Amino acid sequence: MKESVILQCDDVTVEFDGFKAIQGMNLKLEKGELRFLIGPNGAGKTTMLDVICGKVRPSSGKVTFDGKVDITRKKEHQIAELGIGRKFQAPSIFPSMTVHENLEIAMRQKRTVFATMFAKLGDDERSRIDYQLGMIGLRSKASWRAGGLSHGEKQWLEIGMMLLQEPEILLLDEPVAGMTDKETDKTGELLHEIAQLRSIVVVEHDMEFVRNFASRVTVMHEGKLLKEGSMDEVQGDDRVAEVYLGKRRDADVSRSTA
Amino acid sequence: MLQQKWTPQRIWLLVGYAAAAAALFSAPMFASDFRLNLLAKFLAFAIVALGLDLIWGYTGILSLGHGIFFGLGAYAMAMYLKLEASGGMPPDFMGWSGLKELPYFWKPFENFGFAVAMGILIPSVLALVLGYVTFRNRIKGVYFTILTQALVIITTTLLVGQQAFTGGTNGITGYSTILGASLGSADTKRVLYWITAAVLIAVFILCRYIVGSRFGKVLRAIRDGENRVRFIGYNPAIYQMVIFTISAAIAGIAGMLFVLHVGIISPSMLGIVPSIEMVLWVAIGGRGTLIGAALGAIAMNWAKSEFSTAYPEGWLFFMGGLFVIVVVFMPKGIAGLIGQIKFRKKRKEEDHEGIRNPAV
Repeated sequence: MKESVILQCDDVTVEFDGFKAIQGMNLKLEKGELRFLIGPNGAGKTTMLDVICGKVRPSSGKVTFDGKVDITRKKEHQIAELGIGRKFQAPSIFPSMTVHENLEIAMRQKRTVFATMFAKLGDDERSRIDYQLGMIGLRSKASWRAGGLSHGEKQWLEIGMMLLQEPEILLLDEPVAGMTDKETDKTGELLHEIAQLRSIVVVEHDMEFVRNFASRVTVMHEGKLLKEGSMDEVQGDDRVAEVYLGKRRDADVSRSTA
Repeated sequence: MLQQKWTPQRIWLLVGYAAAAAALFSAPMFASDFRLNLLAKFLAFAIVALGLDLIWGYTGILSLGHGIFFGLGAYAMAMYLKLEASGGMPPDFMGWSGLKELPYFWKPFENFGFAVAMGILIPSVLALVLGYVTFRNRIKGVYFTILTQALVIITTTLLVGQQAFTGGTNGITGYSTILGASLGSADTKRVLYWITAAVLIAVFILCRYIVGSRFGKVLRAIRDGENRVRFIGYNPAIYQMVIFTISAAIAGIAGMLFVLHVGIISPSMLGIVPSIEMVLWVAIGGRGTLIGAALGAIAMNWAKSEFSTAYPEGWLFFMGGLFVIVVVFMPKGIAGLIGQIKFRKKRKEEDHEGIRNPAV
């Protein structure tokens, strides 16, 4: 195995009551890669993220992190501690806590009961949180209750929380859903910036977003790998066009003229 | 909130606490012995309410079994008091059941220190075991609450059934002295009152520390979204177990103090109804605020003793009605009422949905 591979999924199969949501899926992620995972509804994209972050246990197959750890046997919090962060489709922040507190507990730190019981917010941590607040543009709202933020701001807060976790791999499920065009562009730029240091897997439906920011794209269909390659290769593939892009082509044309 | 500056709010808060502490300690000068004894009992209840608020108000886990933890602490103290009264001989109720020898597990309770340690340890261990089997298996919400009720039924049945060892339905009563000091004398009662007030303040400070620490923030995060906490890298089960255990230990301490003031403990004092009542104190006082929980316990019990002497039948209806009113109009209880008024001013700057976000 090459050293630069951070995550490798081999022959992963997931069954829900006999229904195979994923069938023998393979995925290899290099360090510092920004990968987009696309496919029609029900293709198993989100389930694939669930497998990687430990929410769903595959019935067979292996997921290897950093070339040595098989994470299919680990619990969610252990996987998170290894360095895999997950952002869910619906923004899931802690609504009754302030923005600052949300970031404070998400920050990379010792997560035992003992450590948190006596943790003090030091200057170093304070500046890390402050830097992150600036990056996600919520510095002026640091003492707001997170539940009072707008939808886009919640998404950003969650991305900020994930970045403070300092994971090796970020799993993002439709990060730009519900964002304005401007916010979407900003998110795309941010992802490129993050990808300098970390690996990212993004599940996305917004094809324009994918086209603008993707370097490598994996297409899934009915729980299987359909095609993997650059955006041009993927778009040129007949099977992909048939199952997925074909349906979207009209919509894309009308959007690109705008 | 983030900064530890001496803002006017902070100063007023401290002044308020200091005044409350002063009032607590000087109460023996104003109150009659009878009233003081009642107040001491209420303070013991306030201690349970604090512990209950930690898990319900802050972590979002509803326990309807805190009567048991309270009761086990009480029984531990009662065993000590009973043995001191009988001079180490088998207590009277054992004789009635034909038991001539003191059971082996009663013997160590002759020692005051051992009894106190057990009064904390037994509830803690029980809570830890229950927490271990439930939280690790991700049993939560209503299912957990039902299990705590089951624990209550099991324990009370056991206490009633094992009459020879526990005094059965009558419980354990008929004490005379504690560490040689007569329980009946006014001086002893005053000292016990002060001890209770001091313990209440100590527990309050402990709870405040817990709630303000990062540990406390993780607890609130668990209340808001247990799954999300998991994907950040915390193991919620451990946190839930620890806070449930702390909460049970606090209830045990309260139970020990309760017995000293009341002079009896019986299964009916730790059954289902008292367990639910404890939750009502917290709900009415204001869950998620420590001061609310403590005041709720004191106010409700004071009202209970006043109303139930005047209208013995009406009391339960009154309490039920009060509960409905609080749940419907004041989701954060009496303490939240003050907050609601304060927020009215602030609401303009803040967004609408965020504030009214009752936990769970």
